[in-house]
Amino acid sequence: MEMPLWLDAIVAALILAGALVATIGSLGLARMPDFYMRLHGPTKASTLGVGATLVGSMLWFSTAQGSVSVQEILITVFLFATAPVSAHMMGRAALHRRVGCQEKTNGQPWDEMDRLSGRAAQSSSSGESQR
Amino acid sequence: MTEAILPVALALFSVSLLLNLYRVLRGPDIIDRILGLDTLNVNAIAVIVLGGIYMNSSLIFEAALLIALMGFVGTVAMTKYLVRGDVIE
Repeated sequence: MEMPLWLDAIVAALILAGALVATIGSLGLARMPDFYMRLHGPTKASTLGVGATLVGSMLWFSTAQGSVSVQEILITVFLFATAPVSAHMMGRAALHRRVGCQEKTNGQPWDEMDRLSGRAAQSSSSGESQR
Repeated sequence: MTEAILPVALALFSVSLLLNLYRVLRGPDIIDRILGLDTLNVNAIAVIVLGGIYMNSSLIFEAALLIALMGFVGTVAMTKYLVRGDVIE
């Protein structure tokens, strides 16, 4: 089935824009100074870029084969559902391991974490003493 | 037009794969390497899909789906091991 010119242009624009955005995300992964900044590039930019590429490929194969291609929709949905989950788990692991951050970062999460865990330990110990 | 764009997109994704590989090899902490491997997975899916367009076959997308699944499971297992000290408790 012959593809109309406007659809071809849309597919080419989606693939090119996706590749550019994914490359910018990977550049952020390679160039940012600390882990918490590095987490921003792949989780948002790379996911959006690969998602745009997958949507372009879905349009291309749907026109070429004359039927909706389901695999790309599955991959896109799976990617957009799992990227925030894995990013959240990696951020939590970095906080747990106390990976260092830049000097200029506003706020210190570890003071708050120590305060909360200290209070939890205190309340549990006071509960023990009351009993 | 798509045929003319494909090599450019593949070159851009190859550059991003090299940048991810740099972060995997260099990464000061182990969590940087895990993040680099996760991004490597995501970009490999895009390279496989572009290869499917290039070869004009949709058989290859099962491999992309499997890589997406296994990459997510691997990332979750590695971070869970770092946080809890065990994968399955």
